[in-house]
Amino acid sequence: MEPLTKIRSKTVVMPSANIDTDQIIPARFLTVTTKTGLGKALFADLRYRPDGAPNADFVLNRPQAAGSWILVAGDNFGCGSSREHAPWALLDHGFRAVVSTSIADIFRTNALKNALLPVAVDAATHRWLIDHPGAEITIDLQSTSLTLPDGHSVRFPVEAFARHCLLNGIDELGYLRGGLAEIERYEAARGR
Amino acid sequence: MPARTLFEKVWTAHEVVAETADTPAVLYIDLHLTHEVTSPQAFAMLKASGLKVRRPDRTLATLDHSTPTRTEQIFGNAPIALDDAAKQVRQLEQNAQEFGVELFGLRDPRRGIVHVIGPEQGHTRPGMTIVCGDSHTSTHGAFGALAFGIGSTEVGHVLATQCLLQRKPKTFAVEVAGRLPAGVTAKDLILAIIGQIGVSGGTGHVLEYRGAGIAALSMEERMTVCNMSIEAGARAGMIAPDEVTFAYLSDRPRMLAGKDWDEALTGWRSLASDPDAAFDASTGIDASQLEPMITYGTNPGMVLPVGGAIPADRSDPAFERALAYMGFRGGDTLLGKPIDVVFVGSCTNGRLEDLEAAARVLKGRRVAPGVQMLVVPGSQHVKRQAEELGLADIFKAAGADWRESGCSMCLGMNGDTVAAGAYAISTSNRNFEGRQGVGARTLLASPYTAAASAVTGKISDPRTML
Repeated sequence: MEPLTKIRSKTVVMPSANIDTDQIIPARFLTVTTKTGLGKALFADLRYRPDGAPNADFVLNRPQAAGSWILVAGDNFGCGSSREHAPWALLDHGFRAVVSTSIADIFRTNALKNALLPVAVDAATHRWLIDHPGAEITIDLQSTSLTLPDGHSVRFPVEAFARHCLLNGIDELGYLRGGLAEIERYEAARGR
Repeated sequence: MPARTLFEKVWTAHEVVAETADTPAVLYIDLHLTHEVTSPQAFAMLKASGLKVRRPDRTLATLDHSTPTRTEQIFGNAPIALDDAAKQVRQLEQNAQEFGVELFGLRDPRRGIVHVIGPEQGHTRPGMTIVCGDSHTSTHGAFGALAFGIGSTEVGHVLATQCLLQRKPKTFAVEVAGRLPAGVTAKDLILAIIGQIGVSGGTGHVLEYRGAGIAALSMEERMTVCNMSIEAGARAGMIAPDEVTFAYLSDRPRMLAGKDWDEALTGWRSLASDPDAAFDASTGIDASQLEPMITYGTNPGMVLPVGGAIPADRSDPAFERALAYMGFRGGDTLLGKPIDVVFVGSCTNGRLEDLEAAARVLKGRRVAPGVQMLVVPGSQHVKRQAEELGLADIFKAAGADWRESGCSMCLGMNGDTVAAGAYAISTSNRNFEGRQGVGARTLLASPYTAAASAVTGKISDPRTML
């Protein structure tokens, strides 16, 4: 995996709370056996009209959204199913980070496994970001800080080991497999 | 030893390596359930890395999510209607064979929804850690297991190592007093709990449902409650095993026997939270005061007693947007509103007692003209039992469509979908926008409420029809 250290980009804002994984990628797009090319299905029911034409009102279809790789969304982003297709679709579209006041547990884990950075910030910072779509901000994983255009920075929490793996491009499965001897000892001690 | 909760006992027993400030715990997984939708990428990763499934004996696969429910596509000569779904089914068949994983295949009498077959066949046991690439894995917590949903990368981790890297979640006690009144079900109870703590109220926590109201529930009812823990944002939901649990488990096909059973039982009896164990958070609810519940919005926390009125405008854009999607207005009463589709099934309410509840209402009655009713058993075993008990005949006589088992219209992956704009009363678990089909409007309710509404063609209170 490529190391991830810093993301600097304009934001796209979707202020709704509880944006669930069925909205991020509807279930009918999950009949795939690979993880590539899912960007076209991202927010499909919001992004396209029933006839397949782009919905000009949807934020990702507006010209300002081009080149914006940080999604600012309402509270409890990514609630719902365990489908890893949700971060795969966001990444394939180009997003590198999601900023909210809280991010659902399974989505957060899945995002971190794929180097899509889940960033939970305080309500005041979040309010400012919601009110200033397109603001150019910096998210620094090394210092776990988000910096607004005026230079004001806030810290955000990231699980320490996930951060270490992302910063150094370490594969978590490799780490787990490095502990196989301990796993075998555990199994032997339990007798099965 | 300090007093510990049920969760802490199960967690500690599965720590291969305890967590530190810098590293998560290495948590051992006793049972890994897989299905066709979230496993292909994990098996592909194993192949690309030249790895094997480390413990095929702790891995079980089934076909449910994109699997057809039409009999001719399972047992007849008709091909699976959706090409991509057919490809996914074949892929799991191939992967199971190649990696030596047991699969309950398309025509296997043990096949069914992953969270129905685990308990039914005796794979699910108290004190276990259980994972699956599906958020409703929380269902198995009804047996005192720590069971939670994972993504496909983690599916690969478990296949390759039988372990996961995990941070220890917090604990959350949900104290349920009183007994559910007649016509009010476990589905109504969990919808009321979600309404109370909110769709993110359980984030970062494992819920433990406890109290007299939980002890009074059957195992199938407990599964319905634990199933929807994820809809409150919780990592998992658990219920301490008791005599009801052991009675359910004792005659399951894959259950331990003889001395192994006796030994296991001793361990299971010590799993309950110690009397003075502390929880990080708690809430309480009185089951005896509940009414049948129904959702009116686009997340399971937007829920009301079936006779209630939708809250008036709260100047919340997301709330207004949800009502616009549903075609409702603040202040509206749901009772009497027309419906188009009724779905009875899913890992939430697709077990025998759920079908019995729906049949109790439908017996001697007909599905209203213009209403489509789909009854999809949670497993082939449930289907056979329902046929033997005459429930299937009641559904068919009422004009409902009786299908083979699977996830079906809960998420519409297999082509069983609700049309845009149509109202569906569904016994499933999610009323998200587009969940049951593009533009579909889902109202979550119990099997009683769903069946009663099927008969009248309108949102109805089942208590007048029992």
